[in-house]
Amino acid sequence: MKIDVKRVAKLANLELDDEELPKFEKQLEEILSYFDKLKEVNIKDVEITSQVTGLENVIREDKAAPSLSQEEALSQTKSQHNGLFKVPGILENE
Amino acid sequence: MELTSSCLEQIEKLNPEINAFITVSELALDEARKADELRSNNQELPLLGIPIALKDIYMTKGLRTTAASNVLRDYIPQYDATVVRKLKEAGAVILGKTNLDAWAHGSSGENSDFGPTKNPWDREYYVPGGSSSGSAAAVAANLCAAATGTDAGGSIRLPASFTNTVGLKPTYGLVSRYGIIAMASSLDSIGHFTKTVEDSALFLNITAGNDPFDATTTNKELPDYTKDLHKGIRGLKIGIPKEYLAMGIDKKIKENFDNALRQIEELGAEIIEISLPHTKYAVACYYIIQPSEVSSNLARYDGIRFGNDRSYFGDEAVRRIILGTFTLSAGYYEAYYKKAMQVRTLIKRDFEQVFNPPAGGVDAIIAPVSPTPPWKLGEKLDNPLRMYLSDIFTTTANLAGIPGLSVPSGFINGLPAGFQILGPQFSEKLLFQIGHAFEQTQERKILDI
Repeated sequence: MKIDVKRVAKLANLELDDEELPKFEKQLEEILSYFDKLKEVNIKDVEITSQVTGLENVIREDKAAPSLSQEEALSQTKSQHNGLFKVPGILENE
Repeated sequence: MELTSSCLEQIEKLNPEINAFITVSELALDEARKADELRSNNQELPLLGIPIALKDIYMTKGLRTTAASNVLRDYIPQYDATVVRKLKEAGAVILGKTNLDAWAHGSSGENSDFGPTKNPWDREYYVPGGSSSGSAAAVAANLCAAATGTDAGGSIRLPASFTNTVGLKPTYGLVSRYGIIAMASSLDSIGHFTKTVEDSALFLNITAGNDPFDATTTNKELPDYTKDLHKGIRGLKIGIPKEYLAMGIDKKIKENFDNALRQIEELGAEIIEISLPHTKYAVACYYIIQPSEVSSNLARYDGIRFGNDRSYFGDEAVRRIILGTFTLSAGYYEAYYKKAMQVRTLIKRDFEQVFNPPAGGVDAIIAPVSPTPPWKLGEKLDNPLRMYLSDIFTTTANLAGIPGLSVPSGFINGLPAGFQILGPQFSEKLLFQIGHAFEQTQERKILDI
């Protein structure tokens, strides 16, 4: 199985140096070929397991409780402005 | 206070060499002093004054938490994980935060951005196992009385077996994940390392239970895990999965395991060969599901609200993010992620069938933890697939959500070995009973350094 590491890295918002690509490509293709093992398993009509607790629709009362102050919430950021998180723009200005 | 000081002295002496701790808490002595005061006021708490260490993936209010990654090198959490809160309330003294494979990705402890941890039993050449490498090493080298870990595919059981410590991976959902940096959310189990099985049971009494902040935690009424420890195992039915022993296992490990098996038989348990036919697919299944969940969990690290940006991820995190993004992407989802979730069902069913009492099922299973003894530092570092295959006997328990207890079973060429006891979901009390009975047959070897 071929994997276009550069393209997938971009999807995952990772920037890789071009010289790193061949190493990751080789390692990941080796891992993906190992996954071929699963082709021999008969999974016809087998349901998926995405969690193992058997719990369904766990809810709790919607009750307010103490939470972080604005100061605490901002204490770990290097990117703030006027007491708010500053994030990169999504929409371009005309 | 005496206990805490002696641990701090031992840390000062040995940590430069072993590299088990990333951060040592400056408050430890004050906490120990407070514990002494409480004790002299006749206050009784289960862990009062007991010095413990926390894997550096547990959030600790005001105490740096790095996940051993440069992304969080300077991160200081604003709140405690639920388990940390419970341990503090039980009177424990927090000595500090232990090293790990960054984000808990690894089987050797070498993927840490803070340098590898060394196996205390051979500090020159050998890995302690991972990902909870520092916690295992710290308990083995008497740097603390007990330490917490996380086990998503063997990250507690493997290092426990490499360091002569007792490691518990509880049932998924028995211990809260709230405030513990998420790796693979459907697999992460929150457990611990101790010197004895009894200590492990005592520790679980404190950490287990429902948490409104983690919707996957159980509502079941829980037993006192230290009860019935001494009940023995006469008449219990213990299964040996034939597939585990057929899958390329080191000769010395097999010998060590056979010895343990004989002891268990002598204690009066009935040994029954069982079959878990889908075992050989577990690693492939696990290394699709786990990176898929990793790629989603690590997507939140953008360096905006806290931490550094995504260029700070190390190689192993990059590999898993790319692998997971790939197996979840359009066109590949069905062939990889969906298929792996179906195979997961089959692996889970394998266990349900062998534990099924009406069908004459077994009470528990025992198996080796690692297919080989500890390996040398650097040996598997350039070959991720080989590293992943070290998890061949441990990933099944996480996929099925069942508990596993790793118990020391002697030494091979001077390095520790262990085996694991697996049981149905929420059977921890039985696992402790079996582990304790076995432990009593062993000569206790303590590392004298």
